[in-house]
Amino acid sequence: MAQTAALSSEQYNYDIVRKFTIMSVIWAVVGMSAGLWAALQLAYPALNLDIPYVTFGRLRPVHTTLVIFGFGGSALFATSYYIVQRTCQARLAFPWLAEFTFWGWTAGVGLGALSYMAGMTQSREYAEFEWPLDIAITVVWVAYALVFIETLRRRSQPHIYVANWFYLAFILVTAILHIFNNLAIPVSLTKSYSLFSGVQDGMVQWWYGHNAVGFFLTAAFLGMMYYFVPKQAGRPVYSYRLSIIHFWALIFLYMWAGPHHLHWTALPDWVSTLGATFSIMLLLPSWGGMINGIMTLSGAWDKLRTDPIMLFLITSLSFYGMSTFEGPLMALKSVNALSHYTDWTIGHVHSGALGWVALVSFGAFYHLVPRLYGTRIHSIKLIYVHFWLASIGIVLYITAMWVAGIGQGLMLRGFDEYGNLAYTFIETVEFLHTPYVWRAIGGAFFVSGVLVMVYNFIMTILASRREEAALQAKLAAKMGGSQPVPGAGD
Amino acid sequence: MRHEHIEINSGLLILFIIMVVSIGGLVEIVPLFYINETVEKVEGVRPYTPLEQAGRDIYQREGCYLCHSQMIRPFRDEWLRYGHYSLAAESKYDHPFQWGSKRTGPDLARIGNKYSNQWHVQHLVAPRSVVPESIMPNYPWLLENDLDYENIEAHLRALRLAGVPYSSNAAEYERNIANYGEEVAGMLDIDLARQNIEIQARQFDYDGLPERITEMEALVAYLQSLGTMVDFTQYEEGHFVEFR
Repeated sequence: MAQTAALSSEQYNYDIVRKFTIMSVIWAVVGMSAGLWAALQLAYPALNLDIPYVTFGRLRPVHTTLVIFGFGGSALFATSYYIVQRTCQARLAFPWLAEFTFWGWTAGVGLGALSYMAGMTQSREYAEFEWPLDIAITVVWVAYALVFIETLRRRSQPHIYVANWFYLAFILVTAILHIFNNLAIPVSLTKSYSLFSGVQDGMVQWWYGHNAVGFFLTAAFLGMMYYFVPKQAGRPVYSYRLSIIHFWALIFLYMWAGPHHLHWTALPDWVSTLGATFSIMLLLPSWGGMINGIMTLSGAWDKLRTDPIMLFLITSLSFYGMSTFEGPLMALKSVNALSHYTDWTIGHVHSGALGWVALVSFGAFYHLVPRLYGTRIHSIKLIYVHFWLASIGIVLYITAMWVAGIGQGLMLRGFDEYGNLAYTFIETVEFLHTPYVWRAIGGAFFVSGVLVMVYNFIMTILASRREEAALQAKLAAKMGGSQPVPGAGD
Repeated sequence: MRHEHIEINSGLLILFIIMVVSIGGLVEIVPLFYINETVEKVEGVRPYTPLEQAGRDIYQREGCYLCHSQMIRPFRDEWLRYGHYSLAAESKYDHPFQWGSKRTGPDLARIGNKYSNQWHVQHLVAPRSVVPESIMPNYPWLLENDLDYENIEAHLRALRLAGVPYSSNAAEYERNIANYGEEVAGMLDIDLARQNIEIQARQFDYDGLPERITEMEALVAYLQSLGTMVDFTQYEEGHFVEFR
């Protein structure tokens, strides 16, 4: 195996994949820790420390940006560069441009987080970057598209593999969303005003916001799934036909679902109704993807008992199925009346983000890292430890948020026997304390799982270095005296 | 046409993807700019004064929108808690909108004039000193930092470009007099912006520090303006339903 890996790393550009993988793991640690801190601030407000840079309002965008764009984004760069080379059997095009996407993306995400702490923000959720960073990100993204598409064009296979359709849709749509949502009039380098206002601005923002979920956090990770699940299972994708149907249906329907973030607001009812309708239809292609992934394992179910990477991948698909069922449910106007503005939404996002996005990425990393470094993983047992820490964390997290969200929603609409409000707002805040503590405990479980993964990767990489050094020494010994001693003669 | 044609041609694949994903956004967003009823015609909604707008910038900077919505929904409990449901017109000068998506704290769409300036200052500096169960962070620096309004004209000019009727010439000033009356029109004059900040701060002294203009001054001025512009007693019940 070490030999094929060595050959592959000559045939393909693995250096860029390694860089993005490592950076993704680093962002995961930093971004999730920021999330844990923010969660603790909600349970214990003293943790805001009276320091402007780390109060909840500034820390929360740091958390969302570092995990979505830092961890998730870098994971997508890494896997897309890996998959497009492997499935096209072509070396990555424009290696210097790929290198630029790494430094550009990493700098953009890092500067973004620092700028929020300094109070520079467009205050658009998941698009808080001020305009100079928006432009920088656009440039990086165009470079990414060029590298990806040119590599596709250089493929030595006639067919473009299904994983690449998803990555391609993600790259194109993210560009469209990013550009239109960030149209703004600059005041200075650190401040701008959105070109749109009020209801139109709200609609543009949630068209962006929902499709950031739909394409950045779903379509692209489905691309990841379509490579690593069949690869790890050693079986072909369950249904080719299903992958065609659910791909086109998914990307078409997703773009309509944004208005469900604005039910019962000043957005006209017709838009809201369209959004709800398409959100319900979206259940079908979402589950199409889940079924296609899980059924790929049919006939090899025993792998779930023997292969912890498979456990990560299949569990991630189960969470994907669950949160894409919960999503349409919450998009119904009557349910949304209760759930909107509450922690139910936060729980829903995390069942997708932790359960689906993070678990499928971890599975992919455990598959990738040994191959990228031409060795075996340091400890299989620690993969199991990570899996259980993560699973317990997610379950605690989303259960706490169901209690918080549904509980607060019901309290806020409660009336006493005289028709007066049963609770003041602050009574609902008091009620939230206990679930907030449990949520933070769940988050701590999840972060500690990531730390276990980091340790496992560090040991794996160190082992690969040692093996490499031993191999070199052996070669040198075989060569005998003919090998010049470094630094002695020439 | 067989699907295989798309699978073996990256240009075709790109083209089809862009076509398929464009439809939803075009149908849902573009009409909002052209259908007149999307934003109701209603008396009283005016752009923010320079001091209020400066306060809004601070509201954005601190990320208040992450815990407070500014969008009251048409439910009885929200009516009792916050007041009349929000109209699209009430945020038509909001660049960007601040409707929010989460209520860790209460909605603020009609917070204006509900509490005294003094209460707001105390509450922002130390929320738990007035609401013991609150989980809001303390914002003591708002009272320590002087408001930076050197560049307020540039801010208003950018907003004017985005369509907010701040006036930068005599014709626009006259138009504002016709629409909002002389007093408001004077406040919307870009050339007088700095002066207007000082006048409003002196007149209302939102932060309780008569000789200073702090960030607190601006933020409280903004909060006190929220939801106060439309006089709902002027309209019959049900008048606004037809716009929804």
